[in-house]
Order: sequence, then C-alpha cells, then structure tokens
Amino acid sequence: MLKSENNNLRFDLMVIASWIRPNSRVLDLGCGEGELLMFLQTQKQATGSGIDQKESNVFKCIEKGLSVIQGDINSEVEDYPDFAFDYVILSQTLQQVYAPSELLRSLLRIGKNVIVSFPNFSHWRVRVQLLLTGQAPVTSQLPYEWYNTPNIRVMTLKDFRNYAKKIGFGIIRQAAIATGREADQGKIVRFCPDLMASYGIFLIGNRK
Amino acid sequence: MSEYIEYNMTDRTIGVVEKKFFTFAEKPGGMVLESGATLSPVTLAYETYGKLDADGSNAVLICHALSGDSHVAGVYSGEDAKPGWWDFMVGPGKGIDTDTYFVICSNIIGSCQGSTGPGSPRPETDEPYALDFPMVTIGDMVNAQKALLDHLGVERLLSVIGGSIGGMQALEWAVRYPEKVASAIALATTTRHSALAIAFNETARQAIMADPNWKKGRYYAGPKPVVGLSVARMIGHITYLSDQSMRLKFGRRLQDKNDFSFNFDGDFQVESYLRYQGGKFVERFDANSFLYITKASDYFDLKKHHGQGSLVKAFSAAKARFLVISFTSDWLYPTFQSREMVKAMKKNGLDVSFCEIKADCGHDAFLLPNERLVQMIKGFIGRAHAEIRK
Repeated sequence: MLKSENNNLRFDLMVIASWIRPNSRVLDLGCGEGELLMFLQTQKQATGSGIDQKESNVFKCIEKGLSVIQGDINSEVEDYPDFAFDYVILSQTLQQVYAPSELLRSLLRIGKNVIVSFPNFSHWRVRVQLLLTGQAPVTSQLPYEWYNTPNIRVMTLKDFRNYAKKIGFGIIRQAAIATGREADQGKIVRFCPDLMASYGIFLIGNRK
Repeated sequence: MSEYIEYNMTDRTIGVVEKKFFTFAEKPGGMVLESGATLSPVTLAYETYGKLDADGSNAVLICHALSGDSHVAGVYSGEDAKPGWWDFMVGPGKGIDTDTYFVICSNIIGSCQGSTGPGSPRPETDEPYALDFPMVTIGDMVNAQKALLDHLGVERLLSVIGGSIGGMQALEWAVRYPEKVASAIALATTTRHSALAIAFNETARQAIMADPNWKKGRYYAGPKPVVGLSVARMIGHITYLSDQSMRLKFGRRLQDKNDFSFNFDGDFQVESYLRYQGGKFVERFDANSFLYITKASDYFDLKKHHGQGSLVKAFSAAKARFLVISFTSDWLYPTFQSREMVKAMKKNGLDVSFCEIKADCGHDAFLLPNERLVQMIKGFIGRAHAEIRK
C-alpha cells in the first residue's frame, strides 16, 4: 500500500499529479478546496486555475492564493482559447456530467492533454451487490441511494475504453487504482483491473 | 455606496492618520481631460499608510466609490470616533495589511472631499467653478491618481482595488496602464452601466436640478439644494439595498408608531431610514459633485473606449492578475455583469478569479464587514506579492 507523501493528498489525486510535467499550465474542473492545485503549484511549479460551483470552495481556494472561478464547468470551459492549458483535469466528475461527449470535446479543445477519473462500476463489490441483493449498489465510491445520488450515470473501465474508440480520442495513459481505508492510501491495480479497481484514471488526447 | 455605515471599530486599527494634499498641472499647461478640456491646477487629497519597500513592490492603490473619500482607515485624532470607510479591511494584520503594504487612496477629481471639483475656487476668479467645471471621466480620475503615484515615487502597483465606481477605476487602471498594474480587484462593479443604472442616476440628478436652490449650480454663496441632494441620496440608497435586505431590515414596520398617522410625516421605518440617510448626506457632500461623478460613471464604457465595441479586445492590453467579486443581492451591478468581464478576461488568457458572495445586503455589501471578503482579498494580494518578488 502506497501513501502519498505530501499534505495527505488523496491517492487518486497523487497519481494524477505524478503524470503532470513541471511548469505546466493546469485547469482543474471541480477543484473543491484546491488541494490538487495547491500541490501542483508548490511541488510542480504549475500555473493552475480551477473551476468550482460552490462559493465556500471557491472562497477557500482564493484565500489560499489560488486562481479559481465560481461557475458551472460546462459553460465556463467554453471561454478559454484553444490549447490554453497543458492539462485539463476532470477528476471524479464525469459521472455527474449531463453531456459528457460535448464536455470532453471542449476539454480536448482547450487542453493539450485531458485527465479523466471516475469510479469503476465493474468493481467486484458492485457486481456482487447487484447479483445478491437485487438492489442498486451503494459503495464507498458511489455512496448514494438511487433517489438522492448526484451521479446521473455510471460507467466501467471497459465502457470508457470503448467510448474513446467510438468518439475518436486517444488514450495515452491509464491507471486502475484501488483506494485504501484512508483517503491518502491506495495502490495501482495490475491484476484484473476491471474487477479490482475502485477508480480509473485516463490521460486522453486528440488522436493524431 | 454609503461609506460611513456605522460599525464597531476593532482594536486592530492603524490609529491616527493624516490627510495630505498634492497639487499638480499648474499653469502654464494643465491636465488635459478626455473631453479635451484643460483643468489647472489640480489638487488631490490623499492618505497613505505603511511604507513603500525599497524595491517598490508593495504599493496598493484603493479607489473609492461615488461618495467616498481618501480616508480609508484609521482616525484623524484620538477623539475622532469615526474611522475611515474601509477600516475593517485596511490596517495592521487586516485584509490589506498596512504592516506589509504601502496603501494609497486619493479623493477622485470632481469630488468634494479635498480634491479639485465643481465646488473648488477657479484660480482666475476665486469663485467656485460650479457647472463651468469640465466634465471628468473615470479615465481622468485614473490619470490624476497616476500623477499622484509619480509624485510619491510609486512606479508599479502591486494591486489596485475598488468597489462600485472604485471598481471601474481599478479596471480602467488595468487596461490604461497595463505595465504598471500587477493585480486588480474589482468588487461589485461593471464595465459599463446598464440602462437601469443610468436611469437611477438621471432621476437622482433631476431631483437635484429641480431644487429651486440649485440655481444652475451657482448656490455656493447661498442656501444649498439640500432637498434635491437628499432625494438623490434616497434614490441611491434604494439601489444600494435590495428587495430582500429591505424586507429583512424594515418590512412594513412603522417608526415609533402603532398605527398610521394619516398624513405625510412618514410612518414606515423604510421612509424614516431613507430620510435620515438623505439628511445626513447633505452635510458632507456637494450636490454638483454628485452630478459630475454620477455622469462620469454613466459615461464609463470599457468596451467602447478601450475595445472598439469588444470587451474581449478591451482587456487584450491588460496584464494584471484579476479578482472579480460580485454579491448575490446586488441589483445595481448584478452578477451577470461581473461574469461578462470574467469571460472577456479568460478569452485573453488572463489569470482571473471570480467569486459570487452570498449576501442579502445588496450593492453595499462590499462596504460591510465580511470575513470572507477580507480573507479572499488577503490571499489574493498575498499571492500577487509573492509572484512579484520571485
């Protein structure tokens, strides 16, 4: 089990951070209180911006000296020039996006690279829950009931790979991870990732 | 823009401060205004707090709104009970920390709190200018501030900050002198007035001009147009509040009464409040200055004057890092106007932060103690300061 060394950054964010080259320009969509941006700014000398809908999150970010815009990611990304960023990060948000293809197309316009992460719906716990109980699965990655979940869609690692082929973007790099009991713990899953990974992280780019 | 809202003074205050004066553009010559007219000489009342660093990297310019002045923080003497209009924001250890930054604020030209305006004596006749005072613009206000900074030896601003008409000046600074502005904070402001905002201003101006004591502006030797100015202020106050804040603050409650009086003395608390605010204002403000400054704010149009009709183009010259803040209940400069400028900044690849603060007190929210506002400004300037010294 690996533990992220810096500021207890969540494990999946640690993996994302490890993919980002120093001195990059980064846009973090749904940046929360700016943990990843702060890390990238201090450890990777990145120039970062974030977008978040919630006033309290935006306030926390600006208070820390981060550049963050309060707004809806779907419309906010429209205003940036082409390839304004080296990396655009959509972390654990895709499952809440109403029009994912349109959003990803926008992200591939404004970013040279796009990093997408989401909970893997083909994890064995999910499969077993549905099989044995006959009820919509509730897991620590997707902890809501069907009637109060903000996650309007669920997908699996395989779904996303097929989707990439269909929509026509390239997967440059991918990681299947299993998170530990603490948020900053986790491991990279190499054996049967479709069954064993709680999250998938994909680095995608425009197919040349 | 009711700068002197009463609130408790905190212990952390800058203490006793001094209002100073700087006069420039003396004859021959003078300051050429955007209208083409020349003004000479020009005096600015100003205050500074803190010390300018040897490398000049810590200067912060604060721009005040319609009825404000250079007295941002502190008091004029030990007995002075009324601190400056942004005392909760500016002082040792505060949002704009006077232990770290060199803070400057000057009274805008056209105003009446020590800077040259329509109430100032004309050098030729020693009579007040009245309506012979040339029309001034937000750009002229900024140019005058620039002359003061040159005089003070400030070559570059770490930050320029303002709310409302002060925010217009901050934006104007960022596009007019891009090399000189490292960061800009625009609070509760707009890049140009809506028809609604112009309509309120015009109604307020008409109230002044309809006062028989106004006498086409030549009232300085006799009774002042206090009724007109106080009505103008009442109109202003309606725009600074909000439907929600008025409901919370006053509702339909009566003032010192249990029942209607069935006359026009004023029954409702909201009536009494507006009358009080109007009456208080005439003691400290000149009616002609009100006309000039409101007109300058109506004329302000960043899109037209700096972008040939395009807001994106208007910001293309800017180099500053921006912080834009709006307030949910501000119906004078609603959030969508802030979003419009944020959009134009983003399209130019500028570094911009934007937050819409939930507040039920309307446009005046930026003048009211608000810990979130303080902390955001502190964090933003702190970051800009760290970057500039890299």
